[in-house]
Amino acid sequence: MGAGHAHSLYLAGGTLVHRLPPQCKLVAVVAFVLAVVATPREEMWAFGLYAVLLAAVAGVARVPPGFVLRRMVVEVPFVAFALLLPFVARGPRVEVLGVALSESGAWSAWNILAKASLGAVAMIILAATTEPRALLLGLERLRMPALLTQIATFMLRYLDVIMGEMRRMRVARASRGFEARDVRDLAVLGRSIGALFLRSYERGERVYLAMVSRGYDGRMPVIGDGAATARQWTAAALLPAAAAVIAAASWILAP
Amino acid sequence: MTADAASLEIKGLAYAYPDGTQALYGVDVTIGRGERVALLGPNGAGKTTLVLHLNGILHGGLGSVRVGGLEVDPKDKKSLREIRRRVGIVFQDPDDQLFMPTVREDVAFGPANLGLRGPELERRVSDALGRVGMRDVADRPPQHLSFGQRRRVAVATVLAMEPEILVLDEPSSNLDPASRRELAEILLGLDVTLLMVTHDLPYAAELCPRSLILSGGVIAADAPTLDLLSDGDLLSAHRLELPFGFDPAVARRTA
Repeated sequence: MGAGHAHSLYLAGGTLVHRLPPQCKLVAVVAFVLAVVATPREEMWAFGLYAVLLAAVAGVARVPPGFVLRRMVVEVPFVAFALLLPFVARGPRVEVLGVALSESGAWSAWNILAKASLGAVAMIILAATTEPRALLLGLERLRMPALLTQIATFMLRYLDVIMGEMRRMRVARASRGFEARDVRDLAVLGRSIGALFLRSYERGERVYLAMVSRGYDGRMPVIGDGAATARQWTAAALLPAAAAVIAAASWILAP
Repeated sequence: MTADAASLEIKGLAYAYPDGTQALYGVDVTIGRGERVALLGPNGAGKTTLVLHLNGILHGGLGSVRVGGLEVDPKDKKSLREIRRRVGIVFQDPDDQLFMPTVREDVAFGPANLGLRGPELERRVSDALGRVGMRDVADRPPQHLSFGQRRRVAVATVLAMEPEILVLDEPSSNLDPASRRELAEILLGLDVTLLMVTHDLPYAAELCPRSLILSGGVIAADAPTLDLLSDGDLLSAHRLELPFGFDPAVARRTA
């Protein structure tokens, strides 16, 4: 699907990870993240093992490390917050390179950094091996309320259309000499956004008419159930099962 | 369905919008099976209002509409579903018509709403795409097709429902000359009753032996297309104009 134009998060391929049904991958990623979050932050070795697990999945899926690292910039705001913690948190201090840091703050920072990074990498691998459309199908099969998946499906379809309209409006503004220079120009941009909203709203009405004309009665037709086999579930369970073992071990070994 | 019922039979149709604007003042039209008819008229003549009556989206005025002998009755949900199968409307903007993430899913939307599943649904989709020559784009998202391709896929979404009458709203708008000709070839090759709403008089002359002029909410003329287009006074009375250089007399000789 989507040859040539596919989503920038997606990395086309035919590996075992790519071929797994989307609902299996979604459940696997959520279960993995839960195991990571449940791990005590002091057990650093456990986080190392989680990273090894993810690296193994990325290897099987042929997702190069550079691809994952570049997309980890989404995590930057959290990292910035985490790095502040050792300086602002209270409690006993430790000296690191001559700077007094809060011990609990340092642990909190590590906690956020490690868990958020592992979660982000898991999501990036999921997105790299599953097309956005397939993800929505997976959510649908996991009995996500149909209204939510329908909204997301339409967003996926119309994002390009709305972005195109936005681009044309910007060109039209610029062609008549408008350049956003200072705060007062915000009013113009605000009106453009209002116009864009109205246009999208009207398009929504026309789309609805077209749907009703083809027999829409409030429910999207379910075409093919795409149920996963036991073997596929088992394959998808490998990652969260290993993570669960590590999480359990970390609790047993914790002082 | 009686075998000899006309594809479309409109009797005394009058309609006023809820805000009081009267759009139709008693429209009478009969279109026989297999006919190709153009509905011409200036902007604001009520063409779109008329089209939305054909499948019961607008209703509540006077008069009756019958499609293949079945009366459009908005209160009868079951017959309304059959009406919407029989009347295939292709809207002007293919981005409104194509709302699903892939072409295949979009073409399947209508027949799936009719309850078709499995191989029968597959057959309908591939059949409809084949009839407009778009089978090889089945797995692509609509937003990645050219405008002409999208218009052809929009026709396929309606053909997949095997309609009694195909209604096209401004089919030639925004098409480049080559796409315009390709669409004409496709439409001429279809074995289906056709009602085409348009301002594009040469296109009407090329595709439809018969034309109606809707003006001021009534049918102002109903005659062979080339006869209508040769009547300069009639055209100018209803704000219709032939493009520069188009001569109906020449078109008649080459037809």
